[in-house]
Amino acid sequence: MDAIDRLIMHHTQAGLPLTLEPYQTLAKQLGLDKQELMQRLQAMQDSGQIRRIAAVPNHYRLGYRYNGMTVWNVSDEHINTLGQHIGQLSFVSHCYHRPRHLPDWPYNLFAMIHAKTEPEAEQHIQQIKTVLGDACQEYTVLYSTKILKKTGFRSV
Amino acid sequence: MDAIDRALINQLQTGFPICDAPYQQLSATLGIPAEEVLSRLQALLENGTLTRFGPLYHAERIGGALTLAAVKAPLERFDEIAELINAFPEVAHNYARDHDFNIWFVLATETLEQQQHALAQIAAQTGLTVYNMPKLNEYFVNLQLSA
Repeated sequence: MDAIDRLIMHHTQAGLPLTLEPYQTLAKQLGLDKQELMQRLQAMQDSGQIRRIAAVPNHYRLGYRYNGMTVWNVSDEHINTLGQHIGQLSFVSHCYHRPRHLPDWPYNLFAMIHAKTEPEAEQHIQQIKTVLGDACQEYTVLYSTKILKKTGFRSV
Repeated sequence: MDAIDRALINQLQTGFPICDAPYQQLSATLGIPAEEVLSRLQALLENGTLTRFGPLYHAERIGGALTLAAVKAPLERFDEIAELINAFPEVAHNYARDHDFNIWFVLATETLEQQQHALAQIAAQTGLTVYNMPKLNEYFVNLQLSA
């Protein structure tokens, strides 16, 4: 990433300009050639620096009232294999291995689930539980009750 | 929100084209004029159905640092603590959750030093233990919800 890529990043963190030709508008704002801007965005996307150019919805507004952070205490030797399985379940949006903080926080596998109803959420949780099997000793689910802040740098 | 809005949201979650006339491309897919695609997008952003529209950067791959952290805020101090944490520009998002660990926030900084500094400041200002839970491994990220 060079200085021009960084300039592009800083100017698009809040979003793309809302015009019919957003790349033309952005190029003009930055004093860049439109083709160069598009090539740079494409290159950053190809290399994974940009995951994608996309819209991010408010889960609640789409009717997903049950947004649960499911957390699991999974044996360290199996976490990578099991994490891959969990991450591929269609209702899981994010799946990470994170550190435990013993004794307060014994959970090391985090999987975000989204559901429109409570029974649907419960079904998702049971499905994860089945996949983890004996490798998981305990788990809990933390539902979000309020978005306190959702601005600034966005990266998923 | 009608069927076209839903189709637009689903389409825009999967990705927005990098080309001269991206709305023209969406117009063909959705069967409405390009101007209407844009005005619908604007409306969905204004009314909060969409929270963001643009490139989603992968923090670690652009040299930045990202972490998830939590605190156990005593209920009587909840609003005060939430406000203190939100005031940090490094806090990109922050969620209340129904657990003893009741405030969960993501810190996005350009460097790890800035992240550590912000975590220490939050601990000092709130007087709470800040549980830092940076990701050790990422298994899959698929943030696409059917509208």
